[in-house]
Amino acid sequence: MSAPFDKNDDSVVVIIGTGAGGGTLANELAQKGISVVALEAGGRHLPQDYLNDEWPSFSQLAWTDMRTTSGSWRVATDFPNLPAWIVKAVGGSTVHWAGASLRFQEHEMRVKTEYGDIEGANLLDWPITLADLEPYYDKAEDKLGVTRTHGIEGLPGNNNFKVMKAGADKLGYKDCHTGRMAINSKPRNGRASCQQLGFCFQGCKMGAKWSSAYTEIPYGEATGNLEVREHAHVLQIEHDDNGMISGVMYADQEGNRHVQKCRIACVAGNSIESPRLLLNSASTMFPDGLANSSGQVGKNYMRHMTGSVYAAFENPVHMYRGTTMAGIITDESKNDPSRGFVGGYEMETLSIGPAFMAAFLNPGAWGREFSSAMESYSRMAGMWLVGEDMPQEKNGITLSEEKDQFDMPVANVHFDDHPNDIAMRNHAYQQGMAVYDAVGATQTYPTPPYPSTHNLGTNRMSEKPEDGVVNKFGQSHDIANLFVSDGSQFTTGASENPTLTIVTLAIRQADYIAEQMNSKAL
Amino acid sequence: MPTESILHAIPLERPGTNRELMKLTRRQLLSRTVAVTGSLVLGSSFIAASNAAWAVEVKALKPESMATLIQMARDIYPHDNFSDALYAAAVKGHDDKAAEDAEFKTLIEDGIAALDKAAQDAGHANYLATGWESDRTAILRSLESSDLFQTVRGGLVVGLYNQPEVWAKLGYEGSSFDKGGYLYRGFDDISWL
Repeated sequence: MSAPFDKNDDSVVVIIGTGAGGGTLANELAQKGISVVALEAGGRHLPQDYLNDEWPSFSQLAWTDMRTTSGSWRVATDFPNLPAWIVKAVGGSTVHWAGASLRFQEHEMRVKTEYGDIEGANLLDWPITLADLEPYYDKAEDKLGVTRTHGIEGLPGNNNFKVMKAGADKLGYKDCHTGRMAINSKPRNGRASCQQLGFCFQGCKMGAKWSSAYTEIPYGEATGNLEVREHAHVLQIEHDDNGMISGVMYADQEGNRHVQKCRIACVAGNSIESPRLLLNSASTMFPDGLANSSGQVGKNYMRHMTGSVYAAFENPVHMYRGTTMAGIITDESKNDPSRGFVGGYEMETLSIGPAFMAAFLNPGAWGREFSSAMESYSRMAGMWLVGEDMPQEKNGITLSEEKDQFDMPVANVHFDDHPNDIAMRNHAYQQGMAVYDAVGATQTYPTPPYPSTHNLGTNRMSEKPEDGVVNKFGQSHDIANLFVSDGSQFTTGASENPTLTIVTLAIRQADYIAEQMNSKAL
Repeated sequence: MPTESILHAIPLERPGTNRELMKLTRRQLLSRTVAVTGSLVLGSSFIAASNAAWAVEVKALKPESMATLIQMARDIYPHDNFSDALYAAAVKGHDDKAAEDAEFKTLIEDGIAALDKAAQDAGHANYLATGWESDRTAILRSLESSDLFQTVRGGLVVGLYNQPEVWAKLGYEGSSFDKGGYLYRGFDDISWL
């Protein structure tokens, strides 16, 4: 049978979402000859459609369906209905991501053991080790074309990187380079090379940056085994009398409801929508939502410790020219509790245009201090700080009183920083400002976290069914033919940008699903 | 009103730019002038720069109120190298909305009346006639939680800073794909490090 598939065809694997996890899984399964229907809530935008213009691009790509927020995080005050800055389109947030592709460190897979008990933190070791992931990291890096791996040359450093590097050298940091990036430094695998456009977040018009939108998805479709249904907004997952998943109910663009029957369902809607969907799928048999016998669905939401430091200099920098994330300092990503916190953080260059800078530099601020900062725009350098945050059971996704356009409860995202997150952020701000002060910054701006781009951990992986939602292959502990295939399966967040690990887990999961199907276990 | 509530409704179309403002000759301007305050000229249904560089038609608000909004916008995000035209373009949408929404018109006009009252309490004739920026910002601080202030400031984040003319003033070059990116146009040209 080849695509398109009948809605009553119960031999297909249904994948919900087409981003780093869902898009990769869809292609991997299709390449193995498995029939896949991928349901994508958004539409399809390709490089020719992307816009070099921040707000119009945001309107084109961002998930702006209603969400609510609570908790003490500043995002709940400044952007109460925009907890996350992620994409609703074929390719998901791989359209928007910056491309940083770092492997987890060995100790980050077993932080409960490494860090010990930390009050208020719901720490757990991953049920897998770095060694389990290494062969799959190899495949993922090759697939994405990650620079500084597999003999792929690094990208050239832009002005923003050069400022960071000069400061890092003065501070004695040892590991500062132009990063391991899923952005082609040379044409590779049908993708062009980077022309330093400076609009990585708006979708790469060169197609130099890896996105599942124009790699995994069309590659999978070319096999005849993958059908992608766009504007198919999944509302509920259905099960049969035996408690096995039987189909997935979605609304099309006109709001008409359909059910796609399936043999297996894989949820990859990101760490906000995936748990929301499991909770919205509650039934008589599963009154607390699907896959939720542990009560952990939606809990332990992580968004990485983040923050930014921008700095003004006497002379021009033009940080916006070239790759958005143009370089990294990794020296602080180790676990060194003598700094006053456990875990570590990465320092990565970042640039946003004046339209976004006005919204994010210091939301709510006004007056001459603010406008003076804006006037330094062309003399500014910037970096993003991204570190491991503590999973806390109280942080998470619950169903809100508010309903969406399909009359389904929307996600409420609750977040409070853990004291460890705050200590790490303060350290990161100090170090980030020191990097720029070392090369003559005249002003530094410790900038608060943006709406979350790294959304992790709300369907976490655990050895024991009572500790989490899925097993070491992302398979539900409760329902054998239900999988989680996105960053929500992360047990803990590590300090690295998550996309490479999401892709790695998806490749590994595809092997497992194929094996289980072949052996008729599923 | 949440400060950045603009970001969930996201009408995010670019606000009127100063290219869309009225073009008047100085003669036309003077012939229509009924009042003058500060650097702005007020007509019965428009306000304009005193040098006739630009003018904006006012549909629903009092011309004085539009002039006050423009001054407020400058005081909230003061850039001394920005013409009033950029601020006028940034707040013009409030007049458009007031023309369609009576409640919103009341919010703006009442808010401006309160602003003028606060200026009078501080010994000035009104907000526009308050000479020093620091005196005007003190008045704004005292009304920071008001609907007027929140509406104007929130709208300016996109209304002011999403104008290509503003980007150019701030030294940002905008879209780059159409120019071949920066690979051969200075992505690594920093020379002072």
